[in-house]
Amino acid sequence: MSTEKSVLQRAFEWHEQRLPIGGFIDGVIGTKYPAPKNLNYWWNFGSLNGLMLVIMIASGIFLAMNYTPHKDFAFDSVERIMRDVNYGWVMRYMHANGASFFFIVVYIHIFRGMYYGSYKNPREVLWWIGILIFLAMMATAFMGYVLPWGQMSFWGATVITNLFSAIPVVGDSIVTFLWGGFSVENPTLNRFFSLHYLLPFVIFGLVVFHVWALHLPGSNNPLGIEATPADKIPFHPYYTAKDFFGVGVFMLIYFAVVFWAPNMLGDPLNYEKANPLVTPAHIVPEWYFLPFYAILRAIPDKLLGVIAMFGSILILFALPWLDTSRIRSAVFRPIYKWFLWLFVIDCAVLTWCGAQLPEGLPLILSRVGTFWYFLHFLILLPIIGWVETPKPLPASISEAVLKGRG
Amino acid sequence: MANSASAQPSPAPAGADGETRRDFLLYSTVAFGAVGTAMMVWPLIDSMNPAADTLALSTTEFNLSGVQEGQGVVIIWRGKPVFVRYRTQKEIDDARAVALADLIDPAKDEDRVQKDQDKYLILVGVCTHLGCIPLGSKAMETRGEYGGWFCPCHGSHYDTSGRIRKGPAPANLEVPPYTFISDTTVRIG
Amino acid sequence: MKKIILAAAAVLALSPAVRAAEVGPELMQVPWSFDGAFGKFDRLQLQRGLQVYREVCASCHSLNYVAFRNLSDLGYSEGQIKAIANEYEYPEIDDEGSDTTRKGKPSDYFPNPYPNEKFARASNNGALPPDLSLVTKSRHRDGPNYIYSLLLGYEDPPAGMEVLEGMSYNKFFSSGSFQIAMVKQIEPDKVTYADGTAATQEQIAQDITAFLHWAAEPKLEARHGAGLRVMLYTLIFTVLAYLLKKRIWARLDQK
Repeated sequence: MSTEKSVLQRAFEWHEQRLPIGGFIDGVIGTKYPAPKNLNYWWNFGSLNGLMLVIMIASGIFLAMNYTPHKDFAFDSVERIMRDVNYGWVMRYMHANGASFFFIVVYIHIFRGMYYGSYKNPREVLWWIGILIFLAMMATAFMGYVLPWGQMSFWGATVITNLFSAIPVVGDSIVTFLWGGFSVENPTLNRFFSLHYLLPFVIFGLVVFHVWALHLPGSNNPLGIEATPADKIPFHPYYTAKDFFGVGVFMLIYFAVVFWAPNMLGDPLNYEKANPLVTPAHIVPEWYFLPFYAILRAIPDKLLGVIAMFGSILILFALPWLDTSRIRSAVFRPIYKWFLWLFVIDCAVLTWCGAQLPEGLPLILSRVGTFWYFLHFLILLPIIGWVETPKPLPASISEAVLKGRG
Repeated sequence: MANSASAQPSPAPAGADGETRRDFLLYSTVAFGAVGTAMMVWPLIDSMNPAADTLALSTTEFNLSGVQEGQGVVIIWRGKPVFVRYRTQKEIDDARAVALADLIDPAKDEDRVQKDQDKYLILVGVCTHLGCIPLGSKAMETRGEYGGWFCPCHGSHYDTSGRIRKGPAPANLEVPPYTFISDTTVRIG
Repeated sequence: MKKIILAAAAVLALSPAVRAAEVGPELMQVPWSFDGAFGKFDRLQLQRGLQVYREVCASCHSLNYVAFRNLSDLGYSEGQIKAIANEYEYPEIDDEGSDTTRKGKPSDYFPNPYPNEKFARASNNGALPPDLSLVTKSRHRDGPNYIYSLLLGYEDPPAGMEVLEGMSYNKFFSSGSFQIAMVKQIEPDKVTYADGTAATQEQIAQDITAFLHWAAEPKLEARHGAGLRVMLYTLIFTVLAYLLKKRIWARLDQK
């Protein structure tokens, strides 16, 4: 092998001395980022989130080139994308199902954080930024769903914007302001399009902060104990290789839905053009909003329902302090572990309730579910932290690995 | 996972079978990923090409029976103006009398019209210089020094065959693809 | 890893179940040629369906998103499409500014049977016949089977049920409390098929449903075909990535 540097290498080094992009990437996801060697596959979902954001922005930009944000043309322009634009149906189905898959990945990512205590000292700010990303995603998804201007788009927008009318005194003025009129109308659609295009870039900015906040303490790990330098391996090639495999598996599921069951997750009614004079018998949001929708409807008072719904997300900000245990990983927390799984079941029940009419069993279940949701965070978590006797922590990751627990 | 307590990744022995197999794996995985990404990007790029409904409107039919001898009209085809002129015999003779050597962009008039319908001259009405629309189709507009069209932007003169004769334009006015469906109907595109 | 795949699969499998249960009797199930991951449309069936649409449905229902040029999907040649388009007339303004009509072109869309919504309602007892371009996707999760069942779901109302003036009882029309403004349209030999197929009720209902599903999802075949190729490609990539990952991680085991 020649010891002389090639032209390409010299050009790269010349550029590196002036703007070290290569070094920057190497530090963020390359050989210069040491990660605990015992990360399991639940840690793949961070990079999958990044991938979904890229897919959504890329497909969205090209969809926007053929979309018309006007109430008379929006539905038609989406149908034109589906029928006449080259590969329009691929982009549209990838984007619409992409929203669902983005939320699946984000929910698993959040659950992983809760299971392994990734929100605890010193990663509280990292957790906060994650919640901000989640909130921005919800706003983006909500406004994006309005754009095709189908029946569910229109009535979903009407119901959700009306939530703000629960605010005392200024509520109605706020709703009028959000609408830019006296009902969900063309100005509403037009501004939702603008904001739907803007917010993903806000999310992108938040992701930069999220990754920045991750790199100061470094990644948490399944054992939740501090990783010594000896317990770490470079992110590249180990975790890049693992992430690529994870991307492959994820894409198999995603593509199967996009190409073989693209309308499985959507509501049929959204293939009917918005009609302000006909309310559907049953207005349901997309599945990823169902638990929050169930909480909203579980409470008979309008204002309290809205507060509970927003509170159910905002309460996550306080999670690092509501959880009084100093042990991070649920692996060593025999009681907490069970209650966390109960919490997951609670969320599943709420999801189911959100899709049913708010009467009878679903209403009772959604009230129990809502009660349990807040009980979990406000009462159970602090108490469990105080009374629980954790299992003994291993001295180091290597020790645990030797015992076959990694 | 790792059975060894060692955290230090030891490089695979160079030249061993493991190394070549990993290299092969590495290259094929990266190649597959890169090609796959490219295949995902292609639909996005191709979506910017004309869509099926746009292509369906890429031909236009025009009834010539309303055009009088010596008169010109402008119709729209693919969002561009198309000049249709019913030429007089004198205009045809003028166009054919010019020696090819005198032309900036030599072309025979016979090649710019259809044989049995050579009184009709059909041209894309976009100046080949910088894309302005030449004058000369309406009765009151100047037809330039050669009786055809005159581009007011930078002074290009076209003759009665739509060929550039004077001025900065480098080429003759383009002849669009067209066929006569009947004696009086022409389909452009 | 297994856990994660299981979790994702469970979420996907449950998500349709999360929807409110549909009321009404179970739908009749037809083994459609376009079902499944490799399904394709049956061109001759689509051509028969087009005949049913034109002879039966088109007098009341529009098909706004389908252009004559799209009929090439059904196996028609350019000349045949032109001939079909030519049978329709479209309003135009002539050179003198007066209203006139012209013959249809392949780029035209199927014309609306009514000049406007109010006229349509006035002609149909106050009910608006819906546009059919997306009807197999917009009415039901199991759209084609729903439309098929609905077309054949006319029965005598159960004892004691009061059916409103001008309405018909249909056991599958759950969204309108089983009373539908459309009277039964599909009868044996309602059409005489150009290809000689026996026009039973079931045959007619299947043909028009298949045609309408093509109208709603014209890219279905392209989607199924691309899906297979994309999945195979991704599968190979995933296997390669797995082997590479194993190779690289094996380094940690070496002393």
